[in-house]
Amino acid sequence: MQKLFIFCAFLWSINHINAQDCNYTFKGKITDFHDNSIIVGASIQIINTNKFTTSNLEGEFLFNNLCEGKLTLEIKHIACDTKIVSYNLTKNTFKEISLEHHLEELKEVVVKTNTKTEITSIEKSLKKEVITQFTDKSLGDALNTISGVSSLNTGNSIVKPMIHGLHSSRLLIINNNVRMFDQEWGDEHAPNIDINSSDRIDVIKGANSLRYGSDAVGGLILIRPKKYAIKDSLFGSTTTSLNSNGFGGNLNTEIIKTFKSGYYTKFQGNYKRFGDFKAPNYYLTNTGMQSINASFRTGYNSYEKGFDAYYSFVNNKIGILRSSHIGNVSDLVEAINNREPRIVEDFSYDINFPRQNIFHHLAKIEAFKRYKNLGKLSIQLDAQLNRRKEFDLRRGDLRNRPVIDLQLFTTSIQPNLEINTFENFKINTGFLIRYQNNDAIVNTGANTLIPDYNKYELGTYAILDYNLSETSELSFGVRYDYSKIKARKWYVESDWTALNYDVLFPQFDTGITDGLELLTRPEFTFNNFSTNLGYSKRFGNDYAFLFNYGLSQRMPNPSELFSGGLHHSAARIEFGFLTINKETANKFIMTLERNNKNFGFSISPYYKQIDGFIQLIPTGIKTTIRGAFPVWEYNQVNARIFGVDIDVNKEINSNFDYKGSLSLLQGDDLTNNNPLIHMPSANFSNSITYKNDDFHQLKIGVSQRTTLQQNRFPDFNFTTFNPVTQQQVFVDISSTPPSYTLFGFNSSAVFYPFKKGSMEVGFNIDNLFNVSYRENLNRLRYFADDLGRNYNLKIKLNY
Amino acid sequence: MKTIKLLAILFISTLVFTACSDDHDDDHDHGDDEELITTVIYTLTDGTNPDVVLQWQDLDGDTGNAATITSGTLMANTTYTGTIQLLNETESPAEDITLEVRVEGDEHEFFYTTNSVNLTVTKTDDDGTNPLGIETELATGAASTGSLTIILKHEPTKPNDGTATGAGGSTDVEVTFPISVQ
Repeated sequence: MQKLFIFCAFLWSINHINAQDCNYTFKGKITDFHDNSIIVGASIQIINTNKFTTSNLEGEFLFNNLCEGKLTLEIKHIACDTKIVSYNLTKNTFKEISLEHHLEELKEVVVKTNTKTEITSIEKSLKKEVITQFTDKSLGDALNTISGVSSLNTGNSIVKPMIHGLHSSRLLIINNNVRMFDQEWGDEHAPNIDINSSDRIDVIKGANSLRYGSDAVGGLILIRPKKYAIKDSLFGSTTTSLNSNGFGGNLNTEIIKTFKSGYYTKFQGNYKRFGDFKAPNYYLTNTGMQSINASFRTGYNSYEKGFDAYYSFVNNKIGILRSSHIGNVSDLVEAINNREPRIVEDFSYDINFPRQNIFHHLAKIEAFKRYKNLGKLSIQLDAQLNRRKEFDLRRGDLRNRPVIDLQLFTTSIQPNLEINTFENFKINTGFLIRYQNNDAIVNTGANTLIPDYNKYELGTYAILDYNLSETSELSFGVRYDYSKIKARKWYVESDWTALNYDVLFPQFDTGITDGLELLTRPEFTFNNFSTNLGYSKRFGNDYAFLFNYGLSQRMPNPSELFSGGLHHSAARIEFGFLTINKETANKFIMTLERNNKNFGFSISPYYKQIDGFIQLIPTGIKTTIRGAFPVWEYNQVNARIFGVDIDVNKEINSNFDYKGSLSLLQGDDLTNNNPLIHMPSANFSNSITYKNDDFHQLKIGVSQRTTLQQNRFPDFNFTTFNPVTQQQVFVDISSTPPSYTLFGFNSSAVFYPFKKGSMEVGFNIDNLFNVSYRENLNRLRYFADDLGRNYNLKIKLNY
Repeated sequence: MKTIKLLAILFISTLVFTACSDDHDDDHDHGDDEELITTVIYTLTDGTNPDVVLQWQDLDGDTGNAATITSGTLMANTTYTGTIQLLNETESPAEDITLEVRVEGDEHEFFYTTNSVNLTVTKTDDDGTNPLGIETELATGAASTGSLTIILKHEPTKPNDGTATGAGGSTDVEVTFPISVQ
């Protein structure tokens, strides 16, 4: 009965359509999105009809006798993503339709043909090949190859990425669509990410992607998984990397099973082990590390609906240079003046004190469904647990107990609705609810630097992408965030009154005391508003101009609000303040780029004005029973950061490629008319690669990277009285190390020793000339030189 | 979609439970600095006169109020027996940290440095290879005024040249007392 009814309805509709005026033509041209070359032999079907055609040698096709109204085409080509486009037909029409080559990827079949996160965003990407090159290094090391990105290091294993001089809470790191919360506030807290679990890493310098948060003052790092083709397949790879420096390496393996039904499963595991690393002239005692990582992913993907579940585990045990554990400012002066670490022992795999031991669990599940005449609705649930233990050199029974032991738990739910039924624009909107709990484990026998707290967040956003024309697009977004933090902290009573908190915050005082300490319950609420405007225009064959403006606001992190006490690893007393308020940034960035293999470039100037910029700077000296220590305090100033990133690529001939990049940056504290502390200095790099595709895809390259001395630094040097030598001594904590240039060698080739699969072999040398150098942005630069030469052998088996 | 929802609930709740069950101490205790040294007492005895007690006390630790320092006056041309004591007075009763230092004698050493005052300090608990400096002998010369600095080093080079600078290591205590010899 039902079938009969549908049949009747169908007949009626045919009659009805025939009654319309159906004399229109639709002419189209299919081109490749990347280079605008024509695509021949693409099949084009008018959806829900049996009208088919294929594109001719000019890439063109034609449909006749079309009726007025909505026309939906499905375009297929063997090497491209299938694409569905809709037009409202009111006259004879010509359209150019671009397809994207991506055989391996099952992209969402939507009218989006750009590989970028957002068409208008200013970003740079690291592809899988680059990630494989850095298989035994950290996320920060890999990102360091991108212009405008640098890193704040603690030794060589703890690497914190920095975009345009901004790091920690100012950078959002999004891992598999989940914002990482791993106590990112600390200078010596590197992101807990196994680089091997990712397929692609995007660095977004422009203020785009409000979807992830309002506080991306510095930018966004997106770690993206791969999308798999819908077919029955089982494949994987195993990478082994061996290094002469640190006598260690890395073993990474991944295996993927995909099904024609749309299901997929991936497992990835990674083990990394290094002993003491070596500077050109000595071993860096206690710099070994061990890392065990695993990730598991499963899901189902089709056009209409799908889900993705992901779990990853990261465990890092990282030794910190033994000589960096110092007692007081006299020890620091000695370390600076000695120029050589005070403890140099023979090579060892032991990881003693001081060290960090970190666990990070991340789990998420995401599901989506498409609705006709509306768009795509998705929802994501995620949870993270970060446990950080820092061990220091201690006396007696405390020896094996961590001096810092913090556990941070975060969970959130994020629904998102993408409305894409309009011809020229698309809307993304959604909200976020997040809960976070920090638990300072009490069994450390030390004062806790970060107190227990609960944090509640609520955010909502809307982003509009509007196609102005075939070649230009405008995007506009707004976001609002509410956050509330409720902490519980013991203050030394004399500190509480000295800081005037008894007058400013009497409501936090619980009246409960224990000895000299007072229990307080600080509670703060923040309302953050952010907005973003982006414009992109493509012209010529391969030129593009992009502009981004962003307003972002960031609430102070727990370290900026609550820290107070002696930080052993830094030999300084650090103070945060309850009076610290949020910071507000206005950012402008634009890019002119040419994407061309023969000669391409990208020039990207930027300007950021940050009001209430929170910085940690030395403010004085305090004498304790251990001697004198510099006191570092958080304060807020108005700051300005501007600079330019330039990248160039040129194909010299069919065998030789050149790449170069340059980053210039200046940061100013406008309140005190001083340079900003810890800003990256000017740096540039050049590399030449010889490639021969006919001979085992051989690649041989030489690279150079020069980092100039930072001459613009705030002078916080001071003098202090040394009771041992009975002299005033000069404490040079600010002066920067000299410029340095490092050369590298890299080579790789692909072999096919087996019936199936391939074997890639790479041989590389870092710091080719074994140069002794120190980097201004390495917190251990007072104590030892950076790494010396390293020979590296990599073998990757694809099967 | 139903299975997805179930899956989601299951796995979020598992995580929540793991997070909550781990090490949580809910009786709202707070971490005390068990390594803290609040007080350094250097007691000097010559057998006849009353003891001279040099004391450096900073009860609220690295932050908070400044330390209180009690200095003393020594007799000229006299030999004193000196003993050093390190206390953590935030504990009740006060914890004697000197005991820990003595147990880990191979990793610690006290150093005594003077400035423009006529006195010399000799470590009497030196077994020939492992000077420690908890027990000392202090001999004064002619009348003078100046200061005495006491330093405790953790993991110094042993044996060393007898100076704190030469010994290296990290500093656990560094206190200076004004001294006058009359």
